[in-house]
Amino acid sequence: MGALVWILHNFWSLLVALVLVLVGLRIAWRLHKYGATRAELTYILRRSPFYLVVLTFCFFAAAPFLIMFMHTFKTDGDLYRRPQPFIFRQDPTLEHLDALFNNTAYLDFIRNSVVVGLAVVVITLALSLPAAYALARLTGRWGERAGILMFLVYLVPPTLLFIPMFRIVVLLGLKDDPMSLIVVYPSFTVPFSMWLLSGFFKAVPPELEEAALVDGYNRVEAFLRVVLPLSLPGIISTIVFTFTLTLHEFIYGLVFIADTSQRTLSVGVPTELILGDVYFWQPLLAAALIIAIPVGLAYNLFLDSLVQGFTMGAVKG
Amino acid sequence: MFRLAYPLDNRRFVGLIFLSPALLYIVLLVGFPFLLAIAFGFSDVTVGDTNLNFVGLQNYLAVWENDIFRQVFETTIRFTLVSQVFILIFANILAVIFTQNFTGKWFARFIFILPWATPVSLAMIGWLWMLDTKYSPIDYLLLQTGFLGPNGILSNNRNLFWLATPDLSQISVIFVQVWRMTPLATVILMAGLSSIPTDILDQAEVDGARFMRALLQIKLPLILPIMVIALLFSMITMFGDMTVVYVLTRGGPVDYTRVLGLYSFQVGIEGGNLAQGAAISLFAFPLLLAMAIFMLRTASRAEVQ
Repeated sequence: MGALVWILHNFWSLLVALVLVLVGLRIAWRLHKYGATRAELTYILRRSPFYLVVLTFCFFAAAPFLIMFMHTFKTDGDLYRRPQPFIFRQDPTLEHLDALFNNTAYLDFIRNSVVVGLAVVVITLALSLPAAYALARLTGRWGERAGILMFLVYLVPPTLLFIPMFRIVVLLGLKDDPMSLIVVYPSFTVPFSMWLLSGFFKAVPPELEEAALVDGYNRVEAFLRVVLPLSLPGIISTIVFTFTLTLHEFIYGLVFIADTSQRTLSVGVPTELILGDVYFWQPLLAAALIIAIPVGLAYNLFLDSLVQGFTMGAVKG
Repeated sequence: MFRLAYPLDNRRFVGLIFLSPALLYIVLLVGFPFLLAIAFGFSDVTVGDTNLNFVGLQNYLAVWENDIFRQVFETTIRFTLVSQVFILIFANILAVIFTQNFTGKWFARFIFILPWATPVSLAMIGWLWMLDTKYSPIDYLLLQTGFLGPNGILSNNRNLFWLATPDLSQISVIFVQVWRMTPLATVILMAGLSSIPTDILDQAEVDGARFMRALLQIKLPLILPIMVIALLFSMITMFGDMTVVYVLTRGGPVDYTRVLGLYSFQVGIEGGNLAQGAAISLFAFPLLLAMAIFMLRTASRAEVQ
């Protein structure tokens, strides 16, 4: 706690110092490696605008998250009375984090989101793994048309469908039940993962399957025993992005579920932690940040894989 | 055994079996609701009275003659178009940056991806605070630097009221949309840039093309189809989005930031008039379809050349 207090009190100076130290170390390392020659110095000078641009973009992307982080630990007095948003006049406190987890339905939201997300991932994989393989290998012209149709379906926004979906959900008796989201979410995750997966399947050399067929496997076995294991990294990244798509979804979650304890994260946090005009700012900002960081890390970890699937999915053949 | 094995070796048969469950699910969960939406538009269904009585074009005409709807429609198109300009500019710069190798790339990419990775409604909570009427940190910075406050350059007030004045609320919403959608467009463009065969680039280097020339004359024309796809994605996502304005402004002040999706939600669900809500959102469909077809044709035509 003491370290956290010290870090928060000196947050901005520490941030600037960290950037400067890292830049200094990097330059020192280059000079050490290549010698402090004139050419090396010109190179560093020529390269610095590039890093300046990167830093500027990073700052704009990160600004709200830095503010979220600081404000999580502010006392009410510090936050509201003659606000000075960039410094702590009173010592940082953990009481709002404590309140978020113990006095709100935040943990329920997390649980609901995880349950819905995992169930949707299972349904999505069951439907889209074979379908994507069919698009990548097995079908000719009509398969290509089906692929374009899927792509167009993915582009139909939920705002066009939520009203009839709402009626269907009510008729099925699934209102206020996360089950409704499990049924409806594959309508956008299936086209998305079909597209991505067919990209990964196209990247597997067809010769390997031909060899399997010669060895006496049939098409289905060749798919299960040769293509699936080879595409495992792609499948894992599809799982990650499918899960986060469900985490992002807002409209269906808002319309189908009115019961607080059944709501998902993206709907629950902005609707339940605001009571009329009363905003519980510190818990709100903390709730957002706690989700943002792991999802951001997951995205970054699987981004190269996503880009690869995208490329193969978009480029024919 | 032989009879079962034979069809399982047939490409077309297995293809059909593999594809049909997914297609069936999509037809049931997208096709059917879509037709239902059209049927709702021709009926007088409400949350209270769920019988579908045919009322002809009444809903569509009522919506079309409604001044609020006209304004909402215009606002949606304006937000979408203006934000795309900025998204494309930034995404192009960032895609070039992130397809290069540089120190600290992994961390820089993590930071820059955060706005897109964070669930929209949660990221909007951050901006709700950043743009707060009273406590906005941006206002505080402007106040300290003399742009606000007594004799301030921008305003004599201590606050700019980002989400409470007609012009600023629209600018804020567009800014936030650009902030959150740029990474998506960038990632799609990165896919395009990384799919350029390296021998073309090597050849250009041998021929003496410098960085800018290789970029403008070789890379950009080659990724044009993918750029169109990126544009299509972000335009349609934005056109159908209601989350940003739902959290930030609820469409206010007055109607200045009300977009189609939000309006349809407010009339259809909050107001209970399912028929009119469905009619409102359906007005987006011809536009979305035209946009998608136009862009896909552009993309495939560019691909052929």
